[in-house]
Order: sequence, then C-alpha cells, then structure tokens
Amino acid sequence: MEYAVVMAGFGGQGVLTMGDLLAFSGMKAGYNVTWMPSYGVEMRGGAANCTVVLSKEKIGAPIVGAARAVIAMSEPAFNKFQDRLVPGGLLMVNSSLVPAAETRPERGDVEALFVPARELAEESGDPKMANLTMLGAFLARTGLLELKQVAGAVSAFLPPEKKKLAPGIKKALFKGQEYIASL
Amino acid sequence: MTEKILIKGSVALARGAIDAGCRCYFGYPITPQNDIPEFLSDALPKAGGVFIQAESELAAINMVLGAAAAGARAMTSSSGPGISLMQEGLSYLAGSELPAVVVNITRSGPGLGGIAPTQGDYHQATRGGGHGDYRLIVLAPDSAQEMYDLAGEAFNLAFRYRNPAMILADAILGQMKEPVVLHGACPAPEPAPWALSGAANRPPRLVKSLYLADGEMPVHNWKLYWKYEALKEKEVRVEVDCPPHCSLVVVAYGSCCRIARTAVDRAQRRGLAVGLIRPVTLFPFPEKEIRQAAERARRLLVVEMNTGQMVDDVRLACNGAGTVSFKGYPGGEVPTPDQIEAEIERVMKAGELRVCQR
Repeated sequence: MEYAVVMAGFGGQGVLTMGDLLAFSGMKAGYNVTWMPSYGVEMRGGAANCTVVLSKEKIGAPIVGAARAVIAMSEPAFNKFQDRLVPGGLLMVNSSLVPAAETRPERGDVEALFVPARELAEESGDPKMANLTMLGAFLARTGLLELKQVAGAVSAFLPPEKKKLAPGIKKALFKGQEYIASL
Repeated sequence: MTEKILIKGSVALARGAIDAGCRCYFGYPITPQNDIPEFLSDALPKAGGVFIQAESELAAINMVLGAAAAGARAMTSSSGPGISLMQEGLSYLAGSELPAVVVNITRSGPGLGGIAPTQGDYHQATRGGGHGDYRLIVLAPDSAQEMYDLAGEAFNLAFRYRNPAMILADAILGQMKEPVVLHGACPAPEPAPWALSGAANRPPRLVKSLYLADGEMPVHNWKLYWKYEALKEKEVRVEVDCPPHCSLVVVAYGSCCRIARTAVDRAQRRGLAVGLIRPVTLFPFPEKEIRQAAERARRLLVVEMNTGQMVDDVRLACNGAGTVSFKGYPGGEVPTPDQIEAEIERVMKAGELRVCQR
C-alpha cells in the first residue's frame, strides 16, 4: 500500500528536512521512496513544501492529487493544503503557529491533530527542532515507520559536519511521540 | 555493491557521468539544472577532472567540442534557453562526428519561460535542433536511478557512434530524491583512434565538419544517415507493458510517464484493458513497438507535458494503424494521476477515435 504525505510550512522551518529524513528512514526500512520538494522561488520566510511517498511497490507518481496525510507547520500551509487530503486523511497542524479552534479545519471529513511543535521542541532542549517533534508525533500517530527505526537512521542521514546534532534530533523525535502518548 | 543512497536526480546524473569516465565539464548556470554543476564543481576536480564555469553557453559547448576532439569524455548541462544557445555547437559536434553528452533539464517555455517541469523541448531534442541533416541520440530517464544509469549509457552510445547524446529530463527528475544504487567507476575507456591527441610518431588526424570538395558533402551526409539507421536498428530502449487483449495503450515518457504509470496501474486494477509504453530512447524512437501496439490495441493515448510533440512520432510510427489520441499539459502544468486516469476512461468510453485537444 502506498502512503503519501505532504509537508508544508515556511522556508526555514525544516519541512524539506523533515520529509528528507522520513524518506531516508523509509529507504533504510526497505521501502521504495520518493521525496519531491516544491521547486520555485522559495527562500527563508517564503513557502516551502514537499511530498514524500513510501511504498512496498514501485512508485509511479511522486506528486499526488490527494495525500493520506498533510503536516501543516504554518497558517498559510494549513489554509492551502487541507484540500489536498483524501477523505478520512490525517491533518497534523503545528498549533504553535496555527491556533486551534472548534471551527477548524473547515473540512469535517478529516482527522485534525494539533501539536504544539515548538513548545515540545523547547522542552526537548532546542526550539529549532519543531519540525522533528512534529515528525515524531506524526510517526507515533500513524505507525508508518517505527520511531526507533527513524531515530536509528538519524546519524547516517546527517552530513559529517552535522552529526553532532543527532542526540538532540532523537530527543525531539521522542518528545513528539510522548506528546501523542499523553493525549 | 547494492547499497542504496537517497539523492536528487541531478546529483545521480552527475555521479553517473563521473562513474562513466567523464572528466571534463563546461557549463553556464541556469535553473533548474544548477544541482548538476554544483555537485560537479566539487566532485569532478576530486576525481582528477576539470570543471569550468564558462563565460556563456556558446563557450561551454565549444569547450566540450574541443575536449571531445581530443578524445575526452566531456559533458555540459543547461536548461531551455541555454540549450538553444548551444545548438550551433551541437550541429558542429554532429558534423564533426564527435561524442559528447549534453543534459537538458528543461524549462517551460518558449523564451525565458518558467522553471516548472515540462516536456516542451521534445522536438528540438529529437530533430537535431541545430542546422543541417543530423540527429542527437536522446535518452529520457524517468527516475533518479535512470538519471544515473543513462548518464553512463549516453557516454557509451556517444562514443560507440561518434555522435553527441542528449539526456532530456525536467525539474521533477532533477529535484526529486530517490534511492539509487551506484555501480562504481567503469574501467578507463580505450583512447579513441580518431582523437587529436598529439601526432608525434603517428600520421596526423583531422576532425572537421567542412566539406567543400566536389561530392564530399553528400558522402558525409549519407555516412551520418547510415549511422542513424544503425542506431534505429540496434539501440532502441523501450519499456512495454501491454497485457494481452488491451484495447488502449498509453504512450508517455520521462516524469509524465511516472504519473501515467500510476493512472494505468489504477485503471488495470479496476479491470480496464489498458497498457503502457515508455520510450526510453526518444531518438532512436521505438517505432516497431508502437506500431505493434497500435495494430493490436487499435487505440493509443499519448500523454505529454506539452501541446503535442512526441505524438507526431507516434503517428508516424503507427502509419495509419489504429487511432492516436492526445492529452497535453503544457507550460509547467503537471497532471495528477486522477486526471490521466479520467482521460483513459474517457477515451475508452468515447469509442469515437479522434484527436482530443484540451
């Protein structure tokens, strides 16, 4: 079965990295994967998104009309990408930037899950790792990959000059998982 | 060596070129192909090669010509307008029978256009593009793995036939990351027997595209012609997935075919008798396979991210057999699998066989 997730937010929030790590971990876990970034005039503070597909089968389209899950890290991403979900899909929202309200999302046929990604990142020791607390929460909610597998892939994923970040990244991933377990 | 690494298609292509023995890169920056020179600017000197950012595309392609004349495995890459600027050099390469690899990560055009994925340069690539009676070998990868594999294949074909080869891809294939298995460096190629490598202790050689003497030019043109005929005979690469009794065959290449693949898979799962043909070489074109599919299925649907270019080659290949429909997504518009699936269903239901423009 094919699983497609769209991750979107502001440039600089690490949405491309979050997808890259998911795709890399999926590959290490034996899946076929594609990671397709939005490509254009993106820059820090602008909009960024990527689509990650995991499948046991050969993957056709790396871009999907409707995804099983959307991770919205910013208000514009929340507004734009909820329409890109299949009915019954999972909408994960960064409530540190997108306030939850009873009327949100407008779509009633999806599961919305608000995660205070930045606060969780602060608690785990680095506020810049909101993307990774969110990824941890996403994996905990979906079971798409085991969090242990992803945490185990972090060191190999990082380029040599960034390997020192691995412990912090793993902490952030597990912080997201803890949050889901606490709900 | 079966370890997979997760890399962008452009990086896979650059690594494929190095593993195929490419040691000379000359280019001028343009989006969306910049990941290729970015990677090579670091990796090629480390591999003992030469990386030069030329002052223009004209300079870059003529540096390629010079390196090729000396027998080096040389390449350049560009996008849309940059490739247009290189056409004179490509014509000279073909006329001089020099091997080289040129990569076009297309821009949606015409003119400066945009950087979104598109297939608008099919005609330019497959018809030669510059002046004179020549063809390029044109390879159309559809995955990061093929970006790697076909970079090597392009060099091999270019040297075997002494003809420039083009890899035609777009921003989807360049930017997408996928697992790639690297095969490692191929053994160093034999020195070419025609290369201008220094005439000490041997008779001098000549590489040229100027033929002014009486009767020389047609002889040269016929020589090129027979080379292209040999390519058509021996070097067609194509993926054919046509179940028995299918009544429609979709024809698509490159990134567009990835999307068509998903649409065809879904249609097949729903019980529709539909097949898929993916030309991997756009020149030589898989005429025989397409003709056979048209004779059996009687109906073809060509899907391209342009207003209709490869469809001309499909019609020529069919030569009246079956009926050819077309669906186009030009100017950077990328179809979803749902859209192509709907088109498959529409064409199959309609039964009326006509060319359907959008």
